[in-house]
Amino acid sequence: MANEVYKMGAALDSSNASDIQKEILAVLDQEKSVILDMSNCKYVSSAGLRVMLYSYKVAAAKGNKVYLVGVSDEVRDVMSMTGFEKFFEFFNSVDEVK
Amino acid sequence: MQRVDLFPTHEFGGYKLRAGRPYPFGATVIGNAVNFSIYSRYATDCTLVLFHNHDKTPFLEIPFFKEFRLGNVFSMMVFDLDYENIEYGYRMDGPFDPQHGHRFDKTKILMDPYAKLIAGRDVWGKEPDWVNNYQYRSRVVFDDFDWENDLPLETPVNDLVIYEMHVRNFTCGANSGVKHPGTFAGIAERIPYLKKLGVNCIELMPIHEFDEFENSRPAPDGHTLYNFWGYSNVGFFAPKAAYASTGKYSMQVDELKNLIKRLHAEGIEVILDVVFNHTAEGNENGPYISYRGIDNKTYYMLTQDGYYFNFSGCGNTLNCNNPNVRDMIVESLRYWVTDYHVDGFRFDLAAILGRDQNGYPMANPPLLESLAHDPILGKTKLIAEAWDAGGLYQVGSFPSWGRWAEWNGKFRDAVRRFVKGDEHVLDDVKERITGSADLYASANRGIKASVNFVTAHDGFTMMDLVSYNGKHNEANGEGNRDGDDNNNSWNCGWEGESTDVGTNFLRHKQIKNFISILMTSQGIPMVLSGDEVGNTQYGNNNAYCQDNEISWIDWTNLEKNADLFNYFQKIIKFRRSHRALRYEYHLGHSDWRNLGMPDFSWHGVKAWQPWNTYNNLTQAFMLNGRYADSDGKPDDFIYVAMNMHWDMHGFELPQLPDGLKWHVFANTGMAAPDDICEPGSEILLDNQWEVLVEGRSIMILVGK
Repeated sequence: MANEVYKMGAALDSSNASDIQKEILAVLDQEKSVILDMSNCKYVSSAGLRVMLYSYKVAAAKGNKVYLVGVSDEVRDVMSMTGFEKFFEFFNSVDEVK
Repeated sequence: MQRVDLFPTHEFGGYKLRAGRPYPFGATVIGNAVNFSIYSRYATDCTLVLFHNHDKTPFLEIPFFKEFRLGNVFSMMVFDLDYENIEYGYRMDGPFDPQHGHRFDKTKILMDPYAKLIAGRDVWGKEPDWVNNYQYRSRVVFDDFDWENDLPLETPVNDLVIYEMHVRNFTCGANSGVKHPGTFAGIAERIPYLKKLGVNCIELMPIHEFDEFENSRPAPDGHTLYNFWGYSNVGFFAPKAAYASTGKYSMQVDELKNLIKRLHAEGIEVILDVVFNHTAEGNENGPYISYRGIDNKTYYMLTQDGYYFNFSGCGNTLNCNNPNVRDMIVESLRYWVTDYHVDGFRFDLAAILGRDQNGYPMANPPLLESLAHDPILGKTKLIAEAWDAGGLYQVGSFPSWGRWAEWNGKFRDAVRRFVKGDEHVLDDVKERITGSADLYASANRGIKASVNFVTAHDGFTMMDLVSYNGKHNEANGEGNRDGDDNNNSWNCGWEGESTDVGTNFLRHKQIKNFISILMTSQGIPMVLSGDEVGNTQYGNNNAYCQDNEISWIDWTNLEKNADLFNYFQKIIKFRRSHRALRYEYHLGHSDWRNLGMPDFSWHGVKAWQPWNTYNNLTQAFMLNGRYADSDGKPDDFIYVAMNMHWDMHGFELPQLPDGLKWHVFANTGMAAPDDICEPGSEILLDNQWEVLVEGRSIMILVGK
């Protein structure tokens, strides 16, 4: 199954959530799994968490995956406390996924 | 299909608008618009005020055009708002005429009474910017959450063991071992502890948004006193941001929902302690937060000359039986059940909810009736604190429609007196142990109407109940005048902490006596968190303002008082494994099914002779497990001998049917580990005719 890497910027929040959502969905439309490379991403807002979870749901419905790579401790902690963590698989590097 | 009613019709300040939907009130995301809707009966004009997050000055104020008002509701859709990054409020214009109940002031920016997310107190104890003229700031919530297959648990009410806790007390103290102390996330980290203890319901002291800085002040020793317990609502729809570790990111809604989802996954229900009797706006001299500026005369009970009635003891009284306020309360409760999957509510000073708009108690209060019959709340636990600060005391008479349970304050008082050795209380104690039939047998309320407790947040902890004769509230800064003087406590011979082995043994024994009676009584037991490890508040029986070691549970006591935890854990398990202890309706005290012995029987030091002996301090009771059968399988017989007299006494045992033998489950007169055993592993008694019960001790036997 093909994977495609999506490189996230410094923040995922309402300022870019809508555009990023469209881009991720475009990858999923190609029947690929997505590797979200979060290594540069320092902040994920409520809107951002929903982009990630929505992407997961769409991928899962197609039998594909959303892998998270390089998630910072802080972002991971927030995901854990708000219940978003349990849906994802976490990896240290893109190579680890592949 | 695209909807045809989502096109803008107006424009203001660069934002596209159209007339909104009056219902629901509050801010609701509809497509790419936010629908703002607010009710005010007496306002003449309304303006929507928009801020970028945390800004002191608004970036835009949009007046509600005339055509945006329907009846007494102002509503408007604003398109393409970056609603994650805005805060909103309202300015209301109308008469300022306090004598006639109106306090409109358009210089004030007001929080939405229906705000689902409130910013401004995001991090606990962080000093607010008092210069900011908009302190409690409404925000638009992301209300989608993936509950997966979670729903309220609907545990039968008679099967509950409730654990009352304060979010900060539970995890701020020493050795809590959590990464996020004082937060919803911190509670989630300690779910394994709750499972180990065996409770199946937590009752959270207020978690609606409140301001810990309300009336904050320095204590005599210099530390800060806070509005720590939070019995003073800012908003009825929003969780307390500072109780979330993610509150600084405005993710408190998700953090609380995640906590509830995780508790439910472990079979633990969540009851919220809700405060609908007053708000944080205080009296005539209080601040404008929301209600007073939006529609003072609607939201508050006012005297004829426009002053605030004070049945809450907190400055004002919410006008609960005004139809519109009533609707707000019902909507709030429905919201917490539908959006947060909350399992029940405990209503603070609930007697106020039954007062009419002039403050008089009503026979059939419409609010209480609405809640009892509400379709969404149909299986939600409703528990009343059935009194108020205005002198209305309704324990046993709270209007219930068969739905409402009550905090049974009479259980607390009688059991405290009995265990300390009061010889005038036996008849009362017998009523309490059997589910308070004198209070709840009528109107088909049943045992399930009685929430039994010995301690609650208000008053001494259980360890303090056996360590102090009087309250010691000096740290509250009121010269020890605050707090209840009627504690029915006994210090076991020494005031305060003691190093004397005998004194401490007696104190532990008394605590085990309390929990033994609580867990073997008919009714819903409630435990105050920390009592299971012998937590002390150093004699403070009113720690509402103490955000420090006085209130925080010191978990190092888990090791120090390991015998208490072990006893609590085993007796909770015992209760949960015996149906005979968890009846829904009152017992007949007779053999009405012809099973050989009554369902419930009283005994004295002689079997079948419950005469009052030894200063009315010896009494035993037996439950016939054959009446508590399930799928044709009977429960065991249970016999509880209570000797609250100071000398040892022999108790003659009632004889069991052929084939059954008495076994010892617990004996508070013994030192640990011989005080209690694992339920199911009870020890066969050599002497099946009599047991010797130490002074101030309880023995629990199982006939199997």
